[in-house]
Amino acid sequence: MTDQTHLFIPADNTDKTLPKSTGRLKGLPDAVSGWLLSLPLALVLLFFLVLPIAMIVVVSFWGATEFSIYPAFQFDNYQFLLTSPVTYQVFLNTVKYALITWAITLVLGFTIAYFLAFHVRSLTWQIVLFLLCTIPFWTSNIIRMISWIPFLGRNGIANSTLISMGVIDEPLEWLLFSDFSVILAFVHLYTLFMVVPIFNTMMRIDKSLIEAAYDNGASGFQTLTNVIIPLTKPGIMIGSIFVVTLVMGDFITVRFMSGSQKANVGRLISNDIALLQYPSAAATAVILLITVILVIAILLRFVDIRKEL
Amino acid sequence: MEKRSRTFYVLATVFAVFLVFLYGPTITIAILSFQGPQGGLTFPMRGVSFHWFEDLFRQQAVGDIWGSFARSLTLGLMVMITTVVVSVMGGLAFRKRFPCSSVIFYLIITSLVIPSILISLGVGLIFSQSGLSVHWSTSGFGAQLTWTLPFGLLIMFAVFNRFDKSYEEAARDQGASAWQTIRYVVLPIIAPMLIGVALFGFTLSYDEFARTLLTSGSYNTLPLEIYGMTTNVTTPVIFALGTLTTAFSFLIIGLFLAIVITLNRRRSKHGSDAGQGLV
Repeated sequence: MTDQTHLFIPADNTDKTLPKSTGRLKGLPDAVSGWLLSLPLALVLLFFLVLPIAMIVVVSFWGATEFSIYPAFQFDNYQFLLTSPVTYQVFLNTVKYALITWAITLVLGFTIAYFLAFHVRSLTWQIVLFLLCTIPFWTSNIIRMISWIPFLGRNGIANSTLISMGVIDEPLEWLLFSDFSVILAFVHLYTLFMVVPIFNTMMRIDKSLIEAAYDNGASGFQTLTNVIIPLTKPGIMIGSIFVVTLVMGDFITVRFMSGSQKANVGRLISNDIALLQYPSAAATAVILLITVILVIAILLRFVDIRKEL
Repeated sequence: MEKRSRTFYVLATVFAVFLVFLYGPTITIAILSFQGPQGGLTFPMRGVSFHWFEDLFRQQAVGDIWGSFARSLTLGLMVMITTVVVSVMGGLAFRKRFPCSSVIFYLIITSLVIPSILISLGVGLIFSQSGLSVHWSTSGFGAQLTWTLPFGLLIMFAVFNRFDKSYEEAARDQGASAWQTIRYVVLPIIAPMLIGVALFGFTLSYDEFARTLLTSGSYNTLPLEIYGMTTNVTTPVIFALGTLTTAFSFLIIGLFLAIVITLNRRRSKHGSDAGQGLV
């Protein structure tokens, strides 16, 4: 009996004293502590994301001489940009790269994720194989691009293999420094960005749904198109956003893998920067930004990104 | 064990080919970096030697590789620590309701998808127009955070979504303060994931090229140095550098994995059930 009271009283006491004895943070309402905790994040985003974008928009109206840039409010940069056939050609090329890379990485990424999620049976193997796919992501993109030279060059492995097999007589010239090599490098660099979100959503699919589909007489293909693909859609959308935006904003891969022979918007911007034509670069950047936002807005119509996290 | 379907073998083959595609080129340059002194950028190998590695260590003609390596390493560590701390704070913040949380959320998404050259251009312009000089440890550091923080936060969101809140309630019932709950309950449970965030932060920063292009100032980071080399170096010395940095990346991954494994071992040894709530 005494034991019970002994147990009971302190508990009662704690209940009463708890609000006082706990730290100061506890006393703060969620609004304040949440705001304080996210303050460093908000500051970084303000100074290195919001302000730079605002600066680009402002500078896109500025003027430039050969040596310097000066504040102004003129539409010269946009006028030049929007009346030049080069701009449209380069934008078209950018969209072409984005679409082709997206299609290839989607099919490839989906297949890889599907294999890992539904055909590899033990969790350990799933993790091991998944890690194997992600490791190359941790090494330098530029190094990974350089490493295509011995493969695709005039005297590279691909050409010498094809010649020794008797498939071709002359080395293929279009393997390196072409649209082919640019897209190959994009697929090499960015397929992982498709695999990870798709694999992630696939792992969350309740396996009994697939069993149910089979029990109801669905073939493997029907299960894929009627059950798995609809349930994987959020992952597909997130992967697509990644790949499309990465490819559209890229300039180094295009410069490097095309041997400076092809252009996309990113290269247009970086060329302007190299010539110190910042207002012109900023105007191109604004148009690129608008394009990217439009693409994402379209993709986000298919998925509620907050719900998927 | 039931028989594997034919689809399994087809898919397994696709997967194997994909792995060859991923690793093949990197392995090739690793082999080619051991070319003899007369060797070129492609096969066949002309002898086997450490010539190009020695070249890398000896000569200064190719640029300031060791200086840029030291800068990249320092910057990577700075970014790593900041990313872990800010991501954890952000992750904790987003478990509460607070005004502007959705504004910040959409900014994080924007930060993730905005073309990196825009950040580079914008930050560079701000610094130059306000009379500040760009430097890898200030403008470069901030520009890189816009890339590492969203990744860190997304991982934290995933972690906290799977976090069992009853551990915290238990701590609170036992009279722990808010800070004590975080320090002794939440942080130990999420520690293995934090190592993942740290790994992301470090390697994303260590390899970042586009965001540092206009923001690093007169001292190059390693990716910028390598980029410079690609335009004017046509010997396997660049493969040797590639092999070394790749080996370094592997070393870092190995190190982080070792830490995770040790943490888990120590846990199971002490019979703690920390982290179990995450599965």
